[in-house]
Amino acid sequence: MGTTFFHHALKFRKDTCIGCSHCMNVCPTQAIRINGGKAELTDNRCVDCGKCYMACPVGAIIVEQDDLSRIFEYEKRVALIPNVLLGQFPGEVSFSQICSVLMEIGFTHIFEVEQSTGILHEAIVERMQQEDDIRPMISTFCPAIVRLIQVRFPMFINNLLLLKPPLDIAATYYRKKLLDEGADAEKTGVFYITPCAAQIAAIKSPVGDEESPITGVINMDFIYNRIYTKVKQGFSGSKSCSLPAIQPLNPEDMLWSLTEGESRRMPGRALAIDEVSNVIEFLEKMENEEISNIDYLELRACDQSCAGGILTSGNRFFTVERLRKRAARAASGMLNMLPDEGGKKIADYATYLKENLRVQAVKPRSMDKLDEDMGRALSKMRRVREIMNDLPYVDCGLCGSPTCSSLAEDIVQGLSDISHCIYIQKRMEDEGRISNKDSMEIMKRIWGEDKFKGQILDQNKKTQGYESN
Amino acid sequence: MAERMQFEYNVDGGNFTRAGYASSEIKKILKKLNVDLAVIKRTVVASYEGEVNIVAHAYSGTIYVDIDTERIRIRLQDEGPGIPDIDKAMEEGFSTASSQVREMGFGAGMGLPNMKKNTDRMEITSEVGKGTTVEIEIVLK
Repeated sequence: MGTTFFHHALKFRKDTCIGCSHCMNVCPTQAIRINGGKAELTDNRCVDCGKCYMACPVGAIIVEQDDLSRIFEYEKRVALIPNVLLGQFPGEVSFSQICSVLMEIGFTHIFEVEQSTGILHEAIVERMQQEDDIRPMISTFCPAIVRLIQVRFPMFINNLLLLKPPLDIAATYYRKKLLDEGADAEKTGVFYITPCAAQIAAIKSPVGDEESPITGVINMDFIYNRIYTKVKQGFSGSKSCSLPAIQPLNPEDMLWSLTEGESRRMPGRALAIDEVSNVIEFLEKMENEEISNIDYLELRACDQSCAGGILTSGNRFFTVERLRKRAARAASGMLNMLPDEGGKKIADYATYLKENLRVQAVKPRSMDKLDEDMGRALSKMRRVREIMNDLPYVDCGLCGSPTCSSLAEDIVQGLSDISHCIYIQKRMEDEGRISNKDSMEIMKRIWGEDKFKGQILDQNKKTQGYESN
Repeated sequence: MAERMQFEYNVDGGNFTRAGYASSEIKKILKKLNVDLAVIKRTVVASYEGEVNIVAHAYSGTIYVDIDTERIRIRLQDEGPGIPDIDKAMEEGFSTASSQVREMGFGAGMGLPNMKKNTDRMEITSEVGKGTTVEIEIVLK
């Protein structure tokens, strides 16, 4: 459908996809269709929430990342770590062990993303005072939510805070600090260890901003496995390599990426909602004028916010528990701190960072409209209504579209055909309008030849998810 | 002939759980029709107010929606107690809602004035003991 607005980090592998349609059925923006036995993504509808990735039983959806060896193209190799990374590991794995392994892997500096949330918090409070006629202000923390608002809720585009997420601020600061200390800009690489696909997509094609201060992205599950393997093999950190120095983090900043991490610190009436379907339900109500008098909305696409990111390995509830405990220990001075690396702190750059905090206006990219022209949209709506009269309202998905109404719209947009509906096919066969063979051909076009031969699952690459599902 | 679509929604009196359903459907339709966002907002404010009025005051009602490329017309027709004094009902802050309804966040007496403010034309006809019909129109061009 025309130009692609968004870069997506989620890639569908046709060679692995078995066309099971699990992804189509869980997609909250109805961005997936089945054609020729494979899942296909409508790029402009996708918001990178990653529900499909979680639902795929055969690993056909992958999250592109930068090769770890890329870090060695740089002299200064910064690992930008979000706090949820620390929450992935059971208690016996210490922060210093995690950092030591990161240094052993090849990073030269480690910086925690949440260091920037103090400055961001101040900026949000200031902005809420300046823009006191815009309510609620909606956080731009979660990139999947920003995209969701673009495609599904353009009415709230002006409610977006339009302040950079902690990740960007942290990267901007650390890069500048290193440059001020004499580092070569060309030889300084800042790599983010991400818990989700949406952040990768946002870095590769920022929604508002032009260029990202982040050099590359490494998936958290990959790093998790590297660290955990080392720890399990008896790596003890300080013995085999030097203990990294790192800046101490303010306890209340540790929890920013968890649910209520922002809202609990905001003035006025602030609400936190996590998980994309919950967010959609809430925004629908807000759009209906049923909700008012809210000052701040913290919206996150994943259940338990970043602790539930699709690239995390630990159980999200344990991750939340560990991070909360860690913050509490830090608050009471019980946390063993690593040595401070010294140099200028992020607070020393507060003025500079605040001047560069705004992102450009985000554009609406509505995917709901049937046509740009209202007259044509009305004709299409009439057609949709006529088609719906014939459809079974079962939402079985056998037509390759997720629901009867999405099939009706696909037909009107010239993307599908009424004969793709299995109920219509049965009727047509019964009325002698098509043969059984015709019907079979249609189903094969949607679901692929293989679906009708049996043995969908290749015994050699037996799927892990299916038997237990 | 210019394209035109009509829709109809039933509204139950007293059922606040479902109040807003019709307005939500109207909003979805307008989004699909690529109607200007500010116009959608005005329409939804007005239709939601009208829908809640039916739920709060009437026994039952029907919302009729008529859309073409020139205008959106919504007729909210109910069977209910009717409005004895329409001029008074149009005053900001005037409310007959019970304290129970007010506790639910409704009945602040802003409903009808707010509907008028957000639409280009509004007409109320009412018969005490029978019901009320509110017609609103929003001009698109």
